[in-house]
Amino acid sequence: MSEENHQEAADSNESERIPFMQQLLDNPFLLLFLGVTIPTIFYIIWGVMEIVTIPIAK
Amino acid sequence: MSVSPPQQKIWWNEPVPKSELIWVIIAFIWGLIMFFAMVWWHIYGEQNLSNESYRITAEDFSAKTEAMVEKYKVREESGYPVVHPPPGEDIYLIARLWQWWPILELEKGQSYRLHLSSLDWMHGFSLQPVNINVQVHPDYEMVLTITPDSAGEFGIICNEYCGIGHHLMLGRMYVVDERGN
Amino acid sequence: MLEQYRICQTTGLRVFQSTENLIKANAVVAVIFLAIGGLFGLSIALTRWKAVHLLPADWFYLALTAHGLDVLVVWIVFFEIAVLYFASSVILGCRIATPRWAWAAFALMLIGALVTNVAVLMGNSSVMFTSYVPLKADPSFYVGIILFAVGTLIACFVFFGTLVIAKQEKTYEGSVPLVTFGATVAAIIAVFTLASGAIILIPTLLWSMGYISHIDTLMYRTVWWGFGHSSQQINVAAHISIWYLISAVVLGAKPLSEKVSRFAFLLYVLFLQLASAHHLLVDPGISSTWKVFNTSYAIYLAVLGSMIHGLTVPGQIEAAQRKKGYNNGMFEWLRKAPWGNPAFSGMFISLILFGFLGGISGVVMGVEQINLIIHNTIYVPGHFHATVVAGTTLAFMAVTYLLVPLIFRRALILPGWAKAQPYLFGLGVAGISVFMMGAGTLGVPRRHWDISQADAILPYDFPGAANLMMGLNGMSAILAALGGFMFIVVVVGSILFGKKIDASTEVPIAPPEDARVVGEYGNEDHPAIPGTIALVGVFFVSFILYYFVNWKYLAEVWPLR
Ligand code: HEM
Ligand SMILES: [Cu+2]
Ligand SMILES: [Cu+2]
Repeated sequence: MSEENHQEAADSNESERIPFMQQLLDNPFLLLFLGVTIPTIFYIIWGVMEIVTIPIAK
Repeated sequence: MSVSPPQQKIWWNEPVPKSELIWVIIAFIWGLIMFFAMVWWHIYGEQNLSNESYRITAEDFSAKTEAMVEKYKVREESGYPVVHPPPGEDIYLIARLWQWWPILELEKGQSYRLHLSSLDWMHGFSLQPVNINVQVHPDYEMVLTITPDSAGEFGIICNEYCGIGHHLMLGRMYVVDERGN
Repeated sequence: MLEQYRICQTTGLRVFQSTENLIKANAVVAVIFLAIGGLFGLSIALTRWKAVHLLPADWFYLALTAHGLDVLVVWIVFFEIAVLYFASSVILGCRIATPRWAWAAFALMLIGALVTNVAVLMGNSSVMFTSYVPLKADPSFYVGIILFAVGTLIACFVFFGTLVIAKQEKTYEGSVPLVTFGATVAAIIAVFTLASGAIILIPTLLWSMGYISHIDTLMYRTVWWGFGHSSQQINVAAHISIWYLISAVVLGAKPLSEKVSRFAFLLYVLFLQLASAHHLLVDPGISSTWKVFNTSYAIYLAVLGSMIHGLTVPGQIEAAQRKKGYNNGMFEWLRKAPWGNPAFSGMFISLILFGFLGGISGVVMGVEQINLIIHNTIYVPGHFHATVVAGTTLAFMAVTYLLVPLIFRRALILPGWAKAQPYLFGLGVAGISVFMMGAGTLGVPRRHWDISQADAILPYDFPGAANLMMGLNGMSAILAALGGFMFIVVVVGSILFGKKIDASTEVPIAPPEDARVVGEYGNEDHPAIPGTIALVGVFFVSFILYYFVNWKYLAEVWPLR
């Protein structure tokens, strides 16, 4: 095999590799996971924790 | 088109048009400004909602309110006691179907620790025409320090729907100049 | 078994029989509930107009509950399901996943809507669509909402299933089209929304039946708004997708940059739902840290997303128009846009009103401290009529003008009415939004039968301007209702009596010129968009001014700690 062939194969491989962000955006189920966990953690769980730790009036 | 797949297979690496890039940056910075404005106001602003709250039963809250009324009642109006507590004091306002009780009389320029709670359903404390609006829950007591800076007669509207008498749920607050007039 | 499909003559899209039927059924039910809910809306606006004061108090609160449910929930969500099926099956040219489940979803939603409506009309469930405990409705009220939510969840998974099938069967290449991507974002937000709804409404149902003795009000409000507010974010994602859809179909516009538009949608997935905190800014016991973080969508990242769409949607329209040769000056592209086509005019009015009225007011009232002077005043309904009526409803109306020829295969009747409708409705809704916001700054409460409170023991007089605003609101409501009525007549009339469109007939309205034109992506050949930049500049300046004016209003109220 010649050197050039190697080079070509590597090149086409390179252009085929889909960037991470595009892979993320093309994956509805990964997005679904993120879209459910983020608000669940920051909004619901954090919020509920604040409510249950409200002290009792003296 | 937006109804066909992106023409380039790898569109993430496309260069972003300059006009869009600039707008994204401006909008991002504006977001930072708006975010830090809230933080800044907590430090330097004068109108911040207190974070002081307690869990409390309806009985305890009405007992505290009645004790205040007992101590500082100055007269009666339309069947409501009017109380004039000394400045700096803890003052209590009951929300219940369908009244704000009692009538508070405060002194202009003085600070008070106002305790708000509901004895039954949720209500909305809406002080008019100042336009301060706070959600009032049963079983929770919110304590906010208020400093009336205008004298006169103020209305307290209920602005959380609380059943068929909701629009009749009105209270009153007086703010008088120091010497009391 | 291979399913039958037809090729749409105007767009070249593949339309499967079962998809077509599902879209028709969901859209028709949606429109019927819009008509019912709209009438309730008119009746409450006329009640709040002091000189008319139409309904007695108990009917007012009943009508208000029914209005909120029928338009905000039933109309919008049924239509959204139709949009999801369109964005998956039709746009991807793929058969719909499990049509039987899709029909089951439809049935559950319809039954749920009817059950809740009956509960409300019986008069013992006037608890508003928020049904805050301890206000108690008839158990069937909650049962209906839960059935409706379960149906919606099933429909969302039919949508996800269709995405999977399309990918497996390779009905498209590469990434899904932008419109489908936007619809996916809507469906994702819907899943969180419905999960929150289930967490809070199932215990509430049990409580109303007496199996649970107590529900904490603060907990209820927190979780309920995870449902109530996030559902509004479904609308945002859905109607922005529709803006992209209409500009593609009517003008052949293509995104200025796939990357930027999709990134903006990603910000929605990650951050938009945090804004449920907008409703809790003046509640006790929740810390300012939580409030500031959540109300700002984690440092306004979702607002960033919206501001991006605010540039890219008009920008792609400008680019498409300039390519067609409307290249003179800043605004020829806009002047020569197809303003007589209700799909386009509706879409553009929706874009403008949503951005200027709904978007700006929403961000401002969502500032933790500024919310103190706005919470639960009628400013709030003013704001969301700009978002959910001028924005979402008008966008849905606009796309209906495309669906009638494409899916129902009927020509529009009364084209003159159709042409005028978006303007009339837009004007009316802009009116109700602005006047309710105006009255709200004067302290007028929302959900309130009578601000003159003649029978109250300690009456309070609102300034005369407040009554004026509520009167103007009533007049605008008549315009909006008229616009809504014209929409219903045109759409229902066309579906029943419109000329049938077959392969040989032209679609008289909305001829999509160049619908298949696809240019190079990237930016070498994409025209500059000075007009859009000017529009965006005006928007930004208005935003900044309005934002700081409200801080100034806040600074004038009593010091508060
Ligand atoms: C003819 C069109 C409409 C008119 C005249 C109208 C008018 C009104 C008025 C006057 C209120 C009462 C404000 C208050 O007293 O608190 C209201 C509330 C509301 N409207 Fe509309 N509206 C219309 C269409 C819509 C549409 C299409 C939607 C949703 C997509 C919508 C969603 C709501 C919601 C969610 C409420 C709040 C209900 C509540 O507070 O429980 N409206 N509307
Ligand atoms: Cu009340
Ligand atoms: Cu009330």
